[in-house]
Amino acid sequence: MLYREAGDFKTSYQEDSQTFPIAFDRYRYWAVLAFAFLVVPFVINDYWANAILVPFLIYAIAAIGLNILTGYCGQVSLGTGGFMAVGAYACYKLMTSFPDVSIVIHIILSGGITAAVGAAFGLPSLRIKGFYLAVATLAAQFFLVWLFNKVSWFYNYSASGQINAPERTVFGVPVTGPNTEAWAQYLICLVFVTVCAIIARNLTRGSLGRTWMSIRDMDIAAEIIGVNPLKAKLTAFAVSSFFIGIAGALFFAVYLGAVEVGEAFGIQKSFLVLFMIIIGGLGSIFGSFAGAAFLVVLPVVLKLIGVDLLGWPTDLVAHFQLVIVGALIMFFLIKEPHGLAQLWRLAKEKLRLWPFPY
Amino acid sequence: MKLKQLAAMALTATLAAGVASAELVIPDLSYRTGPYAAGGTPFSDGYQDYFNMLNARDGGIGGESIRIVECETGYNTEKGVECYEATKGEGALIYQPLSTGITYQLIPKATADGIPLHTMGYGRTSAANGEVFNWVFNYPANYWDAASVMVNYLLEENGGDLSGKKIALIYHNSAYGKEPIRTLEELSAMHGFEFTQLAVDHPGQEQKSQWLQIRRERPDYVLMWGWGVMNQVAVQEAANIGFPMENFIGNWWAGAEHDVTPAGAAANGYKSLNMNRIDANLPVFDDIRTLVHDAGNAAGDGSNMGSVLYTRGMYAAMLAAEAIAKAQEIHGVSAVTPAMVRDGMEALEITDARMEELGMARVGPAFSVSCQNHGGSGLGIVQQWDASAGNWVALTDYIAPDMSVIQPLVAEDSAAFAAEAGIEPGCL
Repeated sequence: MLYREAGDFKTSYQEDSQTFPIAFDRYRYWAVLAFAFLVVPFVINDYWANAILVPFLIYAIAAIGLNILTGYCGQVSLGTGGFMAVGAYACYKLMTSFPDVSIVIHIILSGGITAAVGAAFGLPSLRIKGFYLAVATLAAQFFLVWLFNKVSWFYNYSASGQINAPERTVFGVPVTGPNTEAWAQYLICLVFVTVCAIIARNLTRGSLGRTWMSIRDMDIAAEIIGVNPLKAKLTAFAVSSFFIGIAGALFFAVYLGAVEVGEAFGIQKSFLVLFMIIIGGLGSIFGSFAGAAFLVVLPVVLKLIGVDLLGWPTDLVAHFQLVIVGALIMFFLIKEPHGLAQLWRLAKEKLRLWPFPY
Repeated sequence: MKLKQLAAMALTATLAAGVASAELVIPDLSYRTGPYAAGGTPFSDGYQDYFNMLNARDGGIGGESIRIVECETGYNTEKGVECYEATKGEGALIYQPLSTGITYQLIPKATADGIPLHTMGYGRTSAANGEVFNWVFNYPANYWDAASVMVNYLLEENGGDLSGKKIALIYHNSAYGKEPIRTLEELSAMHGFEFTQLAVDHPGQEQKSQWLQIRRERPDYVLMWGWGVMNQVAVQEAANIGFPMENFIGNWWAGAEHDVTPAGAAANGYKSLNMNRIDANLPVFDDIRTLVHDAGNAAGDGSNMGSVLYTRGMYAAMLAAEAIAKAQEIHGVSAVTPAMVRDGMEALEITDARMEELGMARVGPAFSVSCQNHGGSGLGIVQQWDASAGNWVALTDYIAPDMSVIQPLVAEDSAAFAAEAGIEPGCL
């Protein structure tokens, strides 16, 4: 009824190849953006920002990054936590070395530095694939965490090895440090997420994205038709690490404010982001958002229901949380191996036929 | 996803509506799950039981009843931040996160929000300088005190001379474990002992290579900054390589019953610091037993009473309750605000007579807090594990740290923080 392409005529190639070809989808997209930019900042409080929305947005960027590498280019990576750490420490060093430069530039530069590091660790992917590559990226994870623990230059020789984000402003409004308002914290993350998602979406449906997907689907065939695997794989590593680096910088500077590398960027972070894209859907930008939302929001909701509503002991709820999240992951993977994004696609298919399915 | 968010929004809305304001809200950021639960559980039990006992016996503090809000952090900084944000809106008076990592997160946040933070014997050591850290307190002692107390104890053991001795530090590779290094380096230069460091990564189950190194280098003493499962593994590994237990000294977070019992008889003689005297027969425990446990309100399963960390949790609760009472006295109102509690903490004075009155004679050192000194007296005792009797035996009286070493370090580190964060040192 509402959701159909019948009658929605396109008169130019540009219109025909836009991201949301169906009018209803387009309106929905603009409505979500308008809600996120114009309504949420006015109603957000500290709890909503720090417990749900800011981590969701930051993990969404990381998931988009990993999805480019794993979902689009087919290179399994377990180094996400390490690359996020590169972004965070790069951002810290830049923030403290050049206090007069805008934090936005620092965050983008940290993404660039992470891209360079990611491309370097992507070099083995030219020779090895699959599980063996996963192990090589796992080495990156452990090496980077060890490096940031060992070399005190990275944390400015502080006694505890912690890095702390000093206060930085954008247009005179603090976005890092303790005096940050919830809406400012939320908006800076939202701007980065929106820009990253638009870039990622357009990269993945352009020629670069097509070379990535051809490598993912069959690398030998791709090579034969003229795709350069060196270029495709290294750009995938670089672009993916760029996004992950931005996520790491935001995670440290805007969300937590103080970070300890082993605890914040350990191997469990790599797995968390990997689970996000698996549950959300490999090879889908929407899936990155859905997966991040699922794994960020679900524990909070379970805690709210268990502790605050039912009054159960906190340890019982924490244990149940592990059981329920684990069971749900298995359920989704069995029922829908292509993730939440596939559920969304199916729902859209059904909607197109509704109310007269055949 | 939107449905879930709506559901959560509805939930928080109903919760916010149900909050009454005329009570003292004390959040308990506990961890009863994960690799550090063995330490987190008894501490939280003691912390909550004492407040519940005050509610049952005295009707709270100064006539205001106490409401405890427990939030599980799992020793994880992200969950710690979530817990802080979730509880601060309810009118939280004082935070005791029991995690150095979470403390580092909360120092700027709590300072901006104006809620006092009590990091008892952990957290950021230089917070002892109250002129820079107005809202953070780490009395009665901190990590650098602990390092110095250990060295002073060893000096006494060795007739005042440690030159040429080899001392190794095995530490949790985190902000917590790295804290004492700077002090120990300073002390090593001063007393001429050779100092080596061995890091153990979170969570601490892998220590084979570190203990192999200890076996090869044969240090005279091994000091430990461990927590959670790391302690048990370290004691077991020390027993495996036959390291003499009486030369192995843990700090006060590495000296509870559950750290040594897994190694059985092999743990006999292991030493650790403590900021409390352990006495399971304190009169306060009788009150807790009859008024809280027998009434079925025990925070946990009630099995931890009188243990090292239970006693410490109860001690932390006592210090918080005394600070609140002090705040009520200073400001003349019973429904205190977080800012008033901060004033109470800064004016806190704990005497031996007061502790006896509270039914916990000599449980901790006598100390007083001032604006310049948020760190207390820094005293600690050395205790030793008796495996056959299954209890800790205090070997010494309270030992004083070497303040001439620690004070300059505190001043230096807090000045660096003040410069980085743009704080003008001064009293509130």
